[in-house]
Amino acid sequence: MTFKLFTLLLQAAVSTIGISLVSIAIGFVIAILLSAATLSGKTIYSAPARLFVSFFRGVPLLVQLLLIYTLLPAIGLNVPSIVAAIIGLSLCTAAYQAENLRGGFSSVPKGLIEAAEVTGFNPLQIFARIQVPIALRLTLPTLVNESIMILKASSLVSVVGIIELTKMAQDLASSTYQPIPIFLSAGLVYFVICSTIALLGRYAERSMARTSA
Amino acid sequence: MMFNPQVIIEKLPELGSGLFVTLLLWIAGIAGGVVIGFLVATARRFGGFATNAVLGSVVEVLRGTPFLIQIFLLYYGGPFVGLMLDPIPCGLIGLTVYSAAYYSEIFRAGFAAVPVGHVEAAGCLGMTRLQTIRRIQIPEMALIVLPPAVNLSVILLKESAVLSIITVPELTATVSAIGSQQYAYLEAIFILAVVYWALVELTDRLGRAAEYRLSRLRFSKA
Repeated sequence: MTFKLFTLLLQAAVSTIGISLVSIAIGFVIAILLSAATLSGKTIYSAPARLFVSFFRGVPLLVQLLLIYTLLPAIGLNVPSIVAAIIGLSLCTAAYQAENLRGGFSSVPKGLIEAAEVTGFNPLQIFARIQVPIALRLTLPTLVNESIMILKASSLVSVVGIIELTKMAQDLASSTYQPIPIFLSAGLVYFVICSTIALLGRYAERSMARTSA
Repeated sequence: MMFNPQVIIEKLPELGSGLFVTLLLWIAGIAGGVVIGFLVATARRFGGFATNAVLGSVVEVLRGTPFLIQIFLLYYGGPFVGLMLDPIPCGLIGLTVYSAAYYSEIFRAGFAAVPVGHVEAAGCLGMTRLQTIRRIQIPEMALIVLPPAVNLSVILLKESAVLSIITVPELTATVSAIGSQQYAYLEAIFILAVVYWALVELTDRLGRAAEYRLSRLRFSKA
């Protein structure tokens, strides 16, 4: 295990972080739509949203990735495998984040919304200034957890041939015949990234708690 | 685009054997994980500072690294330290160790949720530590531990699909092999997804039913 090999792993880790960040961001946008649909109270919106969430929470991510990877070309969409991987990760995390957000939005006290209505806030203002800030604060810890889950889950996109940390480690392990130091180093890199996310999350939580006080 | 699930239906016995391996690994992984996880949580609570620190770091590392990396380390790294494992035992060990780390955290939270006064009262009544764990702490934490434990079991079922990568002949590996042989890959993966989905939904419902029964049991005796 040389320094050169370790720098290769670090370079691959950048792809891992990039794929995860993009997926979490896209997933967050889809999750807002899904949770809005679920909480809309209209069956035509909430039923498909529930089905989506149930499916993507009920099927292993590996199977989802294989499904998307084979489904897209079958319906005539020939996208690069990196796009298929990001779509897979985004849809999966969207389902989990939607559940978290739904919990957050439904625990915003009704009295606050009524008070905002009485004070003359319009529905958009209530959403943007009352519901979103409170729901976000309530769901921040789960969002941090979800980010860590996705970062670890992104190791599975190595299966569809994307060169990220796990795939790089796998290739290096088979070309150098040193699987132990290489997989240990890859594990260490994942561990450091996960710990950093957890630390940043705790910091954000604390500073949010301070602004609310 | 053609969609013909018939080709998969013909291969149902093979699908069944894959399902059997998945269920076996899953249940054995849960059983081993719960037992080891409980022992780890107990050791961390009563074993003093050093035990807590060492076990705590191991748990953190297992929780902070992808399952796939752990499996690769065991499967490809094992032979270099004299640990030659076939795919199935390797998968079983990997799944058990991984789940034990997560179950131990659930039990740790469970221990923390039992009021100190109850444990002290048991001590005053002359119960030994083992009696206190068995008669006070386990029953009191059961209801708190059950929902996250069911949740984790569902996660483990899905995580077991990863074992197909190290050629464990479980559900995902068998069904995707059927798909490639029959030139019906999309159909195979679709059916695979539906089978997992059904298993997860079933586990979820059973868990909720168990929770309901347990909560009634507690209140009826209160």
